[in-house]
Amino acid sequence: MIRDITIGQYLSGTSFMHKLDARVKIVCTFAYIITIFLCKNFWSLGLMVAFAALMTLLSRVPVRMLLRSLRPVAFILLFTAVLNLFYTKTGNVLFQWKFLMLTDKGLFTAIFMAVRILSLVSVSALLTYTTTPTALTDGIEKLLSPLKLIKVPVHSLAMMMTLALRFIPTLIEEIDRIMSAQKARGADLETGGFIQRAKALLPILIPLFVSAFRRAYELAFAMECRCYRGGEGRTRMKQMKLGVRDAVTAVAFVALIAGVVLLSRFFPAVI
Amino acid sequence: MDTIIQLKNVSFAYETEEEEKTLAVKNVDLEVRRGEFLAVVGHNGSGKSTLAKLFNAIHLPTEGQVLVEGMDTADEANVYDVRRRVGMVFQNPDNQIVATIVEDDVAFGPENLGVPAAEIRERVDDALRAVGMYEYRLYEPHKLSGGQKQRVAVAGIIAMRTDCVIFDESTAMIDPKGRREVLETVRKLNRELGITVIFITHFMEEAALADRVVVMDGGSVAAEGTPAEVFADTALLRRTGLELPPAAQLAAALRENGVALDGDTLTPETCADALFRAAQKAGVV
Repeated sequence: MIRDITIGQYLSGTSFMHKLDARVKIVCTFAYIITIFLCKNFWSLGLMVAFAALMTLLSRVPVRMLLRSLRPVAFILLFTAVLNLFYTKTGNVLFQWKFLMLTDKGLFTAIFMAVRILSLVSVSALLTYTTTPTALTDGIEKLLSPLKLIKVPVHSLAMMMTLALRFIPTLIEEIDRIMSAQKARGADLETGGFIQRAKALLPILIPLFVSAFRRAYELAFAMECRCYRGGEGRTRMKQMKLGVRDAVTAVAFVALIAGVVLLSRFFPAVI
Repeated sequence: MDTIIQLKNVSFAYETEEEEKTLAVKNVDLEVRRGEFLAVVGHNGSGKSTLAKLFNAIHLPTEGQVLVEGMDTADEANVYDVRRRVGMVFQNPDNQIVATIVEDDVAFGPENLGVPAAEIRERVDDALRAVGMYEYRLYEPHKLSGGQKQRVAVAGIIAMRTDCVIFDESTAMIDPKGRREVLETVRKLNRELGITVIFITHFMEEAALADRVVVMDGGSVAAEGTPAEVFADTALLRRTGLELPPAAQLAAALRENGVALDGDTLTPETCADALFRAAQKAGVV
């Protein structure tokens, strides 16, 4: 069960999306997320969803994989939708039963929230599915590099991220191993109230931390042995170069945002 | 043959709270020759791993001097230059891989050295081919077996084009198949690329393949010589708590029971040859 956790899961491929520069993908993903929260009518929302569908098509990520990334947010999705459905008291009343009141505005808000969350999650999933963790952290490092001027340790932060991503599977395996070891010694991890179960986690957390620190210590030695001295004087094997593909994507995104702005002008907001 | 690493009367004690410091390495004089395959053996606590860490300035000698190509490791200014010449592969493959993709990990060392991008690509591909992991260059390290991970770690060091690689019990944590893979890779690097290898191990069958064996005991060098010389000295082996390599054990048992084996019987191959010769002599084959 613990192995189901997928963070930054990359699906190898050679699609248009895979070949895009990581920086472009990161900026566009953020732009997309912000834009979709600015959509106030169905026309602009439809445009955004169509664009997301196009990106999915260009990434050749199986829809099944995208759905899998949506599973963890299913509850939040349902919760916000239901909440919005019944707590919006403005607009034309469609249906009323005792204290439950459903208005058209409530219905629209619920639909908008659901679509927004769905697109937000799918688009971010698309980013991690089509970008290697290394490219992702490299992209973040490059994008944040202006912050070096105000003495933000950008390289160290990016290296920390890379190492964290690298050690997630290793530590998950470790947790599995420790849990089996403690169960074999008779540890009861499944029964009891909340406090009792939290307490039962201690014999797992302590060995995990001890081992994580030991790993960190060894890793630091290994990195020093490979002449790591921080970001100074370091070159990169994979140079990030912007190409035609990236220019096309950037233009398409600007057009998308312009389209959303125009549609919001010409059609009335429904929420 | 010239010397790549020289230890002059080196002693080392770990930093402890206690007044009485016990020396993990005591008065060691040792020369590592360029291009050789040197094995360092000893039972647990013999100081072999501590010795390994003295070779590339992870530990600095408490007394004495370690010279790598003439550079004193105790001088802070030399540390970087020492490490770009002497690489190290550790015991646990998981704790030395830094990237989430095999080829990115191999590139880590050359990137740190400031090698231009196109040359890094070339070095990475060469290194991965040399260890037979080229097909796995886009894999995630955690999906590889122990032996494969360790070969990636080796590629990461040879992509730095170091003259010498230290293997600090690099085969201790992996399964027999993985161990064989790593050992084959190490021998190939030594023979074909002329890389000096210092191989710390407690597996005698691995030491039997070296050009020279150093036996550590209680922090000092108890003996050094060719595998044939070292493993012929039964008194030394008993004193230092070491066993014969399995092939040699078999040969010894056969000799005790009247099978006349001649020549070298330290490795499975030479032992098989000796058996074949004995069988021919006896007219069995």
